[in-house]
Amino acid sequence: MSDPRLAIIPDRFDKVKRIIAVSSGKGGVGKSMVAVALALSRRAHNHKVGLLDLDFTSPSTHIILGVEGLYPEEEKGITPPVTQGLSYMSIIHYSTDEPVPLRGVDASNAIIELLAITRWEELDYLIIDMPPGIGDATLDMLRLIPRIEFLVVTTPSRLAYESVKKLLILLKDQNIPTIGVVENMVVEQTGYIKEEIHKIGSRYLGTINHDASVEASIGHPDRLKKTRFYRQVEKMGEGIQVTSPSSSSLSP
Amino acid sequence: MHEWALAEGVVKTAEKFAEDQGMEEITEVKIMIGELQQVEHEIIEFALDQLRTPRMKSAKFVIDAVPARFKCRKCSHEWWLNTGNLDKETGEAIHFVPEMAHVYLTCPNCGSPDFEVTEGRGVWLASIKGRKEE
Repeated sequence: MSDPRLAIIPDRFDKVKRIIAVSSGKGGVGKSMVAVALALSRRAHNHKVGLLDLDFTSPSTHIILGVEGLYPEEEKGITPPVTQGLSYMSIIHYSTDEPVPLRGVDASNAIIELLAITRWEELDYLIIDMPPGIGDATLDMLRLIPRIEFLVVTTPSRLAYESVKKLLILLKDQNIPTIGVVENMVVEQTGYIKEEIHKIGSRYLGTINHDASVEASIGHPDRLKKTRFYRQVEKMGEGIQVTSPSSSSLSP
Repeated sequence: MHEWALAEGVVKTAEKFAEDQGMEEITEVKIMIGELQQVEHEIIEFALDQLRTPRMKSAKFVIDAVPARFKCRKCSHEWWLNTGNLDKETGEAIHFVPEMAHVYLTCPNCGSPDFEVTEGRGVWLASIKGRKEE
């Protein structure tokens, strides 16, 4: 008759002030790197931060963070383990390094299960690393998570932006708050993305330059924090202030 | 799903249903539990009892176990779950997120991970009985 998991999901986010899905229409644009850098930098500014990796087929945040052997604790549900000061939840706690071959309905069920059992403590920000595209995970988040906001990542490529545009239009049509769009991996700023973003009435949050030193920082958060990439994400994150749960607009 | 989280979901769903239907009192809640998740029935019963709302203070919680059955999408082979064959880590991963079955189990006939859980996946409410306001 009825799926009891759906009733408790909104309660699980009661103590979270801002729920930010880092998303993109396209894979390979640096969502996970941006999500991790945003989470770490908000934490470095003394905020309470959670990080949730919802990319079940290609989870990456644990690789960026260099996480191994973490396991959630059971306490009337499960409590995310803490790494680098972040409350951290990922399917890898259960799948380890094995492939996770899930069809849409199964991926959706796994997301619902994880959202229903995870008890987030008091957080200023919960950063969600989303799988690419506008498939199951995105639709489930729109359906299930109250107060969700999107931070959208693109690259300067028109190929990336054409997919990102579809995500932005979907979010706009569904009245889902969008913090704005970050242009990542910029080698030479042409202004094309900014112009396109403004055309569809979204907000351009800024440029993150291509940074060759990022690759070597994977698995080493301390090295990541010394990159220009991190500093640029950090600066962008400073504009996303903690507001009350009822308000979700970008700070002035 | 962890047993307490599950019990919370059951109570909240039953309570909302009763409210929507104008039920003054809930007399019975029937819950189906798929065996894939290896949920401890005693813990759920205990949790349900602790979480009772005033409307369900004398309600009976009926719990039915549903065996887990799979069907391979590749070769159409069908089989039942044998929980005795699962090692501790696999059992635990599936306990929390049943879809982890696709990570650790494969079709015994052709070895494919592309199978469907046709019965006994999760936990759901089968029926809620109660008394309506006069």
